[in-house]
Amino acid sequence: MRLEHIVLHNLRRRKGRAIFLVIGLLIGVATVVTLLSLTDAMAQRAQHELENFGANIIIAPRTDQLSLNYGGVQLGGVNLIASEIEQSSLQKIDTIRNRRNVATIAPKVLGAVEVAGQRVMMMGVDPVAELKVKRWWSIAGRQVEQGRELLVGDAVVQEFGIQMGDQLKVNGEDFTVVGLLDRTGSQDDQLLIAPLGVAQETLGKEGQVSMVEVAALCHDCPVDDMVMQLQEVLPETDVQAVQQVVKTRMHALGQFRLFAWGVAVTVVVIGALLVFVTMMGAISERTREIGIFRAIGYRRRHVLHLVLMEAAVVSAVAGVLGYLAGVLATITTLPLLDGGQAVWQWNPSLAVASLFAAIVVGLLASLQPALRASRLEPSDALRAL
Amino acid sequence: MSLITLDNVTKHYVNGADCVIALQDLSLAVEEGSFLGVMGPSGSGKSTLLSVLGGLTSPSAGSVNIDGIDVYRLNIEKLADFRREYLGFIFQSHNLIPYLNALENVMLPLVVSRLSTEEKQRRATEMLKRVGLPDRMLHLPQQLSGGEQERVAIARALVNNPPLLLADEPTGSLDTATSDQVMGLLKELHGDGQTIIMVTHNRENLKWFDRTVSLRDGRVDRDVRSSCDVLPQAI
Repeated sequence: MRLEHIVLHNLRRRKGRAIFLVIGLLIGVATVVTLLSLTDAMAQRAQHELENFGANIIIAPRTDQLSLNYGGVQLGGVNLIASEIEQSSLQKIDTIRNRRNVATIAPKVLGAVEVAGQRVMMMGVDPVAELKVKRWWSIAGRQVEQGRELLVGDAVVQEFGIQMGDQLKVNGEDFTVVGLLDRTGSQDDQLLIAPLGVAQETLGKEGQVSMVEVAALCHDCPVDDMVMQLQEVLPETDVQAVQQVVKTRMHALGQFRLFAWGVAVTVVVIGALLVFVTMMGAISERTREIGIFRAIGYRRRHVLHLVLMEAAVVSAVAGVLGYLAGVLATITTLPLLDGGQAVWQWNPSLAVASLFAAIVVGLLASLQPALRASRLEPSDALRAL
Repeated sequence: MSLITLDNVTKHYVNGADCVIALQDLSLAVEEGSFLGVMGPSGSGKSTLLSVLGGLTSPSAGSVNIDGIDVYRLNIEKLADFRREYLGFIFQSHNLIPYLNALENVMLPLVVSRLSTEEKQRRATEMLKRVGLPDRMLHLPQQLSGGEQERVAIARALVNNPPLLLADEPTGSLDTATSDQVMGLLKELHGDGQTIIMVTHNRENLKWFDRTVSLRDGRVDRDVRSSCDVLPQAI
C-alpha cells in the first residue's frame, strides 16, 4: 500500500464530492477548449480566405498627380492620362526575396474602346491568373481564352442587351461574347474583358500593361516587406498593399480571441475558487483523519502529498473529460458560426495544454487547503487524545 | 532502567482570558517493560500527559525524554518520524480510517516507510493474526464489532514494533467481556516485554497494571506499584 492507494480509496468513498469537483473543473476546461477551438477554427478559416482573397498587392504606373477618383466617382472634367508599365519588366517580380510568397501575378491593360457608338472600358487580362485573383467571379458561359473573345460585365450586358454568343464590333473589329459576368457590384460590371494580347492590340498598347494585381500567399507572409521589395525592382511603378478588408476581419477575430480569453480566464478562476472552497471543506471534514495520520508519524509533506495528489487526480480527470466536452461543443457549434465554413482541427498542443492547465489550476487552488491540512497540529486534530 | 523520564513538566493552555494548568511541575520515570495505568478524575491532566508523552503536545516547561531522546528538541518532521518509530497509539474511539479495510488500516504507519509492499503486507497480516483477527482482514471498520475494531487499532499501534505503546481509554466503549479480552491482549503484549502506558477511568482495569499513577490537578497524587508499595511522589 502506498499514499496513492489512500488517495484513491478516499476519492472512491467521497464520490459525490469528487464528481462535483470534476464537473466544476470540467466546465472550466470545456469552456476554455471550446472558445479557443472556435477562435482557432475561425482564424484558420479567415487565413484561408485571406490566401484566397485575391490580390493583396497592386502595382500601378507611378503618377505625380493625386488621384481625383474616390470610390469609383471621378471628378468631372479631369482627365488623367495614365502611363503604362512595360510588360517585360514584370519578370523582375521573380527576383524579389519573398518570391515564393507570390502566388499569382495578374497583369491587365485598360483602355477605352468604341462599341455601337459608345465608349466602353476594355480590360485585357491573363485569363487564368485573373480567375485566381477574382475568385468571386461568377460567369455564365466561360472565361475568355484566346482570340477575339469577350467576357462582358453586367452593366454592359444591360446597356447593350448582349446575349451569349453575340458578335460585337469593338473599334470596328469583330469579337465573340463567350461569357457574361454576373453582377459583382464592382467596376468589373462596366468592363469588356478580353485576353491580354488581343486587348493590347486593340488598344494599341502592345507590350504594355496598365496595372498588375499580385496575390501573395499570406500565411505569415510579410506583405509590407513584399511591397518594399517590389517597389525596389519596379521603381517606375507605385506598389501598394490592399489589406483593409482582411485586416478588419483579422482585427475582429483578434477582438473575439481577446474576449474568448477573457471569458476563459474568468471561468478558470471560478473553477479554481470552486476547487479551493471544496478542498477547504474537505480538509475541515477530514481534520480528525489528518490528525490520525500525523499522530502515527506522517510528516507534513506526506499530508501535503495526500491532499495535492487527490487534487491532481481529480484535475486530470476533469482535464481529459473537459477537453473531450470542449471538442464536442466545438464540433456542435462550428456549423452555426462563420457560415458553417470553419472546420474543427485536432490540435494536440491544446489537448496537452488543457490537461496540464487543469492539473496546474487544481493544484494551485488546493495548495492553501493542503498547507492548512499539513499544518494541523495532531493534538488539535485529535480532540479525543 | 527508565525508558521514559518526565522532568518538571508543566503544561498550561490559554482559554480566553483564563490560563488552564493541565500539568504542573510533573516528574515521572517509567521503566522499560512497565504496564502503567494513569487514572484520575476528569480534568486531572491524564489526556494531556498522554499527549505530551506521545509527542503531540509540547510542554510549556520541563523536558520529556524517551529512550534517550529529548523529544521536544526534535524539529517538527523529526518528531513525526519519532512518533512513527518509537510510539504506538491506541485512541479512545479506535480512530480507524473508515474507507480502508482492517489490513490497510494496520498497514497505515508502514505506508510512509521504505519497506516493500510485500513486507508491509506481511507485517500487517502477522499483526492481525496476533490480535486474533486472521479472518477479518478485508473487512471495513463498520463491518467489525467494537472489540474487533479495538484489536485492529492495537495491531496498527504495534505494527512498527514501537518501544512504547500509549493507550487512551481503549476499553471505554466496550462491554465488560470484550473489555477483558482487550485488556488480556494488552497484558499478553506486556508479558512479551512491551512497555504500555494506558489512561483509564475504569477501576476494574487496575488489576491488569503493574503500576498505577493517579493524577489530581495536574500533579501525581498517588503512585502505586502492584507490590503495593505506595509512593507519594515518584520519580
